Amino acid sequence: MRRKARCSMCLAVPAQVKSCDGNDAVVDLHGNRVRVSTVLVPEVKEGDWVLVHAGFVIQQLSAEDLKETWAVLDDLERKGGGL
Amino acid sequence: MTQRLADSHAAIGRLLEAAKALPKPVAFMEICGTHTVAAFRCGLHSLMPANVKLVSGPGCPVCVTSQGDIDMLIELAQRPGVTLCTYGDMLRVTGAKGSLEEARGGGADVRVIYCSLDAVKLAAAEPKRNVVFAAVGFETTTPATAVAVMEAERLGLTNFTALVSHKRILPAMRALLDSMQVNVDGFMCPGHVSAITGYATFATIVRRYKLPCVVAGFEDVQIASALAKLVELARDRKAALENLYPQVVSRWGNRRAQNLMRRVFRPVDARWRGLGMIPDSGLAFRSRFSRFDTQSRYKITPIDSPEPPGCRCGDVITARCTPAECKLFAVVCTPVRPIGPCMVSSEGTCQAWFKYKRLGKSIAASEDAVAKPSQEARL
Repeated sequence: MRRKARCSMCLAVPAQVKSCDGNDAVVDLHGNRVRVSTVLVPEVKEGDWVLVHAGFVIQQLSAEDLKETWAVLDDLERKGGGL
Repeated sequence: MTQRLADSHAAIGRLLEAAKALPKPVAFMEICGTHTVAAFRCGLHSLMPANVKLVSGPGCPVCVTSQGDIDMLIELAQRPGVTLCTYGDMLRVTGAKGSLEEARGGGADVRVIYCSLDAVKLAAAEPKRNVVFAAVGFETTTPATAVAVMEAERLGLTNFTALVSHKRILPAMRALLDSMQVNVDGFMCPGHVSAITGYATFATIVRRYKLPCVVAGFEDVQIASALAKLVELARDRKAALENLYPQVVSRWGNRRAQNLMRRVFRPVDARWRGLGMIPDSGLAFRSRFSRFDTQSRYKITPIDSPEPPGCRCGDVITARCTPAECKLFAVVCTPVRPIGPCMVSSEGTCQAWFKYKRLGKSIAASEDAVAKPSQEARL
């Protein structure tokens, strides 16, 4: 997945926390390792699923909710960007 | 995947069923650029019955930013010693004297960043540059600016400022309804703004204007379900607030993010493209953080710039016209050479129409332009 620098939009992407370090965390964003800030949701821990917007974790998610989101993203990728 | 398809069919079925019993045609407004694009992308518009419309509101932050703010950014970027940091979607918005991208081509130091903290890191790494961060966006993005400013304060940076054009969605919704120029029967409320503000923020629309509000997610099923719910509420003549994105949105939102925003910013009147000045719809620094305010640091005030001639972006984002009704749309205004911000932004209504709904009207418009080159020149 291409990381787009377009984020004054309210677009947010699910990711899994791989490691935490103070106010920072490294998340797995569909295969990419990205360093994000956890200052808005400090309780996140390794293994959690989170929603990332403009380099910040804005919400925690349950793993169940994510299956569907990734199913849609995978589907999009397979079909070359269209539903 | 099969389950998802079944859910989508069920949602569309509910939508069609409820639409049959509608006493009159209805129009709902989505106020999030991501919803605009997602609804087009999944083909929702083509599945909707004739008596239900989904129109786009002022939900794209780039599109609602006033021409004056954009010109101010471009002027700042051209000053010697200034490094302007911006999110990528502002780069190609055209002002009175070109865009930030063109300013960069002309030698201005304009850098695209992904995260507000990148601008702070840049200011710390390059103390001789005056870093200006173009802070644009709704409540989803505002906490990121608040954090950046607090980080700059912690590091004691004197070469970091932010030009704040942040907007608050609720005052804009109220202004839109109070203007009486727009007739909508309910709102599809933005999912990620609500993640920060909490869905309770929209209760005032339900109470005061007696309109249903449904918070929606961004997948096809979620958008279709939200629309079905809005139609059901309209059918039952019920003004209610529903949260159909509970996996992300809670009643009171992200309190920590709200507190950070309140600590750094205070509400002020702000100018919106297409809506004009709206009370309390923008944000400005509290006095404690005023040294990070670009406008006071550089003694610059918003320029009263006219919008590009012929451009109807202001009408498009307030649902007073569709992109196809704009004479520039798909003729001289295209994603490659955009005139107005709604065509620049990947979440702008005009770009979404260009990508997904350019049938009939625009093809005719293009042929017309080819047949009458003099008309194109006039535009």
